[in-house]
Amino acid sequence: MSLHDQDDPALRAAQEDRLRAVWKPPSGLFLRWTDCNNNRVGVWYVLTAFAFMLFAGVLALIMRTQLAVPDNDLVSAGTFNQLFTLHGSMMMFLFAVPMFEAVSIILLPQLLGARDLPFPRLSAFGYWSFLLGGVFVGGSIFFNAAPDGGWFMYPPLTTRTDLSGLGADIWMLGLSFIEVSSVAAAVELIVGVLKCRPPGMQLNLMPLYAWYILVVAVMILFAFPPLIAGDILFEMERLLNWPFFDANRGGDPLLWQHLFWIFGHPEVYIVFLPSIALFAMLVPTFSNRHLLGYPWIVLAAVGTAFLSFGLWVHHMFTTGLPKISLAFFSAASEAVAIPTAVQIFAFIATLWAGRVTWSTPLLYATGSLAIFVIGGLTGVMVAVAPFDWQAHDTYFIVAHLHYVLIGGTLLPLFAGLYYYWPLITGKKLSDRLGRIAFWMLFVGANLTFFPMHFSGLMGMPRRVFTYPAELGLDGLNMASTLGAWLFASGVAVICVDLCLSPRRAKAQRNPWGAGTLEWLAHPDDEDWGIRSIPLIESRYPIWDQKDFVQKVDEGRFFLPDAEEGRRETIVTTVLDARPLAVIRLGTPSVTPILTALSLGGVFILTTYHLYWAALVCAVATLACAIWWLWTGTAEIPEKPCKPIGHGIELPLYISGPAAPGWWAMFITMMADATAFSGLVFGYYFFWTRHADFPPMAMADGPGMYWPMVALVLGVTSWLATIAAREVHARGDVGIARLLLMLGIATSLAGIAAGLAGPWTHGMDPESHSYPAIVWTLTVWTVAHAGIAAIMQSYALARSIARRMDPQHDADIRNVTVYMHFFALTAIVAYATIGLFPSLS
Amino acid sequence: MARMLLLTMLVAALTGCNAQQSTLAVFGADARAIRHIAIILTSGAILILAITAALYVRAVRASEHSLSHEQGMRMILWVGAIGPTLILTALLLYALPAMRPRPADPGDLIIRVEGEQFWWRAVYRPSDNAPPLSSANEIRVPVGRTVVFELMAKDVIHSFWIPGLAGKMDMIPGRTNRLVVKAEKPGRYRGVCAEFCGLSHALMAFDVIAMEPAAFDTWLADARAVVPLPAIATPGRVLFDAQGCGACHTIRGTPHVGTIGPDLSRFGERLTLGAGILPPTIDNIAAFIRTPQQAKPGVRMPAYPQLSQEDASAIAHYLKGMK
Repeated sequence: MSLHDQDDPALRAAQEDRLRAVWKPPSGLFLRWTDCNNNRVGVWYVLTAFAFMLFAGVLALIMRTQLAVPDNDLVSAGTFNQLFTLHGSMMMFLFAVPMFEAVSIILLPQLLGARDLPFPRLSAFGYWSFLLGGVFVGGSIFFNAAPDGGWFMYPPLTTRTDLSGLGADIWMLGLSFIEVSSVAAAVELIVGVLKCRPPGMQLNLMPLYAWYILVVAVMILFAFPPLIAGDILFEMERLLNWPFFDANRGGDPLLWQHLFWIFGHPEVYIVFLPSIALFAMLVPTFSNRHLLGYPWIVLAAVGTAFLSFGLWVHHMFTTGLPKISLAFFSAASEAVAIPTAVQIFAFIATLWAGRVTWSTPLLYATGSLAIFVIGGLTGVMVAVAPFDWQAHDTYFIVAHLHYVLIGGTLLPLFAGLYYYWPLITGKKLSDRLGRIAFWMLFVGANLTFFPMHFSGLMGMPRRVFTYPAELGLDGLNMASTLGAWLFASGVAVICVDLCLSPRRAKAQRNPWGAGTLEWLAHPDDEDWGIRSIPLIESRYPIWDQKDFVQKVDEGRFFLPDAEEGRRETIVTTVLDARPLAVIRLGTPSVTPILTALSLGGVFILTTYHLYWAALVCAVATLACAIWWLWTGTAEIPEKPCKPIGHGIELPLYISGPAAPGWWAMFITMMADATAFSGLVFGYYFFWTRHADFPPMAMADGPGMYWPMVALVLGVTSWLATIAAREVHARGDVGIARLLLMLGIATSLAGIAAGLAGPWTHGMDPESHSYPAIVWTLTVWTVAHAGIAAIMQSYALARSIARRMDPQHDADIRNVTVYMHFFALTAIVAYATIGLFPSLS
Repeated sequence: MARMLLLTMLVAALTGCNAQQSTLAVFGADARAIRHIAIILTSGAILILAITAALYVRAVRASEHSLSHEQGMRMILWVGAIGPTLILTALLLYALPAMRPRPADPGDLIIRVEGEQFWWRAVYRPSDNAPPLSSANEIRVPVGRTVVFELMAKDVIHSFWIPGLAGKMDMIPGRTNRLVVKAEKPGRYRGVCAEFCGLSHALMAFDVIAMEPAAFDTWLADARAVVPLPAIATPGRVLFDAQGCGACHTIRGTPHVGTIGPDLSRFGERLTLGAGILPPTIDNIAAFIRTPQQAKPGVRMPAYPQLSQEDASAIAHYLKGMK
């Protein structure tokens, strides 16, 4: 097929009909919710996150009203504690992070000229998990059962069941569920950026938004798992009385603080960088020129990500740390301001060098930058440890973090809303209402939060449901409350503007005259995403490449057709985006919803101690997941290759490091290994902090024998799987199956051997943190051995069912990736619990 | 906008009447040093904000090509990267000395303070060999002398904060944190719990009294002298015995040696009731005895609603009489 084939309008119309049929969304009262096309799931996702934001905002408004005057009794202390806990937790876990993922699910395929993300069903699964978990956590306040320990949930206040109730479990288990879905979305986004770029879009031509998504998704991958590890320890203590944080039994409350803030500080940048990413898209558009300092910005984003993992301790400056830690973490906390400054000045330089078109999105961007800079500067102030000793846990911090989050997340999102609304709906929002709302938000935010700097320095601690009149804080607090109501009114104006949108006429295509790929979207958008997948030669192809839009529209680039009636997109190489293969994408299916529901059942039923029902749900989750994988992945195509235009033929099946599935497994396992290292960190944290760890009475630990046996079995299972992959690739299917059986047997035997260590030595996990953490590492490892056995069985079954053969071996390759990580886990865990006691 | 607000707020701050619990109204050497740092930091922040805002306005108003590509890259390098690096390095070097803890001698007064839900247990341990002095919800310090606080917690994490004296320090179960301070100005001040610790976190404060050294020594000697109370059976005392208050509270010189609740030995000289939240009037004390949850949700003390108003007042009189 050459370019000229596309000259025929009848041919193009036939192609369009086929594409339309393939991408037709499911209809019907129930079936429509089985859709997994990114532009639908993304919109549901955005709307849900927006609704949670409004809900959490109302909670804040109640709090501000309570604090309007001293000694107020609008709400009780108990209610107030639920309000601020839920406000912070929802804004972070149910709004800021999911909103970034939701916006990215909508935008990323457009930005990359892909038809969809590589795993559309995974997006749908993430969305349904998010909705279920979010309603569970947020709805708890209507039953007076919301978490009330602060969004940081410091033990022992939250782990002692006599001091905190069901709310703590709802927080831990409900949000763990959402963290799982966040990690799932992160996997999807990373693979999308790395593997689904259009031909020619080398890393250095990638839109900055995609760079930021990559950076932020990688941060999620390393930041959320330590919190998940912390959640596991936390619930073990609450549900099983294993004393990780109980100082009387060798535990340490500070372990939680470390695990929480190793997550918590990167979290700030996880919610801030995507907003900068939105700036990076709209600043060039309204400056009418390329962004200045592209490599600088990429380096700054990566640098911010690195640094953000090295400064969590600045949340713990008042816990009595050694002075050397103070100095180090003060320095690191100040240093993170440098890449931020680089990014801001790259935008300023771009505006300066370009011709600025003033617009509502730019107004929002300007306002948010002003607010963010104030928050950043107070951030440098609190990075100075001595100042933080005074400011910490006061309203000064409340002011600082809201300046950062409003300037760095919320207002940029509104800028993005006004900028991208035409892309999603084909209609512009009202400039007039947008401006009115902006000024209400801007004045409201400053009126609310600026006085808090002073109320904090004048001695008002955070998280107080009331304050005495004698402190002279009435005026400042009243100002804050009035500001909060003004701010809320601004949000209401935006909501009105959104509600009026369906009545308005369609805007023209690419209404801001932008240069990046996503603006190919047509106001009467089709579900296929992009008509043909372009060849990219510039960072701003619409501006720079000749007749670009027309060529895309006329299907003159790649993959303009859907001859086989399948949803497809192109996979390219990671660095230079050379086309590798055409992959078939997931179609609407009920499996993601069922998997999300049953997994949600595991978390929610555990909250209410309904362990048998939770177990049933766990089995159902496993069944759904296997059904999903069995019917929807690594399908052997009906022919080996297909043409995509311009004389290029691409394979329809790939496996190993070239394939998105391999990357997804690898990335998921990176997250898994990070969570595991959080648990291992716990073990060595106890050892460094406590002279009596392991205690003399238990110096023998689980012994050396059984852990070493389990280690050998785990390594054998791993080697057997590698050998199976190798002989399978050479065509010896029979031997490969035998090796897989050996793997299954050794994995299962490893479970028994792993448990035998602490079991035969009578280690009582309720007695002390040492047996508790040994049991935790053991249970984690044998659970992974169990999953290994399931995966090996899956590969074996695929082979027997002829869904896997030596030419189509993605399953066994992906299982091998899992086994690499399993072997690592087994070696570290068993060496730690078996060998370490005799070394120390 | 921000600057206008700043001015109004500064005026409000200066005319504000809170001299008891503010990092701006200092009475200790450490708080004074930090206030100085705060002023430097704030001035720097305002200056940087102004420069950034000016550059931004200039950038938006500038005509096209008024900044070349090379000039733009230079701006990112110098204003975005090198400038902040220099400023922050200078700032770190300036602030480092303040991170050193105040030195303490073995002879300095040690006050061990334990945070409990939702009150403070204080034990004074001077270097002499006399027995330590227990007290609650009130801390007295001599001005001009170094004082070492040993901070602990029994139940949950609290944070010990006297804004006018020094920065805060957490009280963490299983650990002992040290905070070394030096008061400079006598007077009555207030401290609060700064780490969220449960239902009545907002109601966990304490009085701080900075005294001239001689007056402090006299007070300490008086307080430590165990004077057995005369065995006069006042109604309040009889009720206190009968209701079993001594199971949780200590009154020295009597058989009551409970340590679950605050030590009440010199309750009469306390300036507040319920950990810094109420004036210690007879009515307030009586109400607190009968329904402590009303004043302080989540408090550990059981309610005594069966006590009549008169009986509760009698106990209040008895407690007020102890000085």
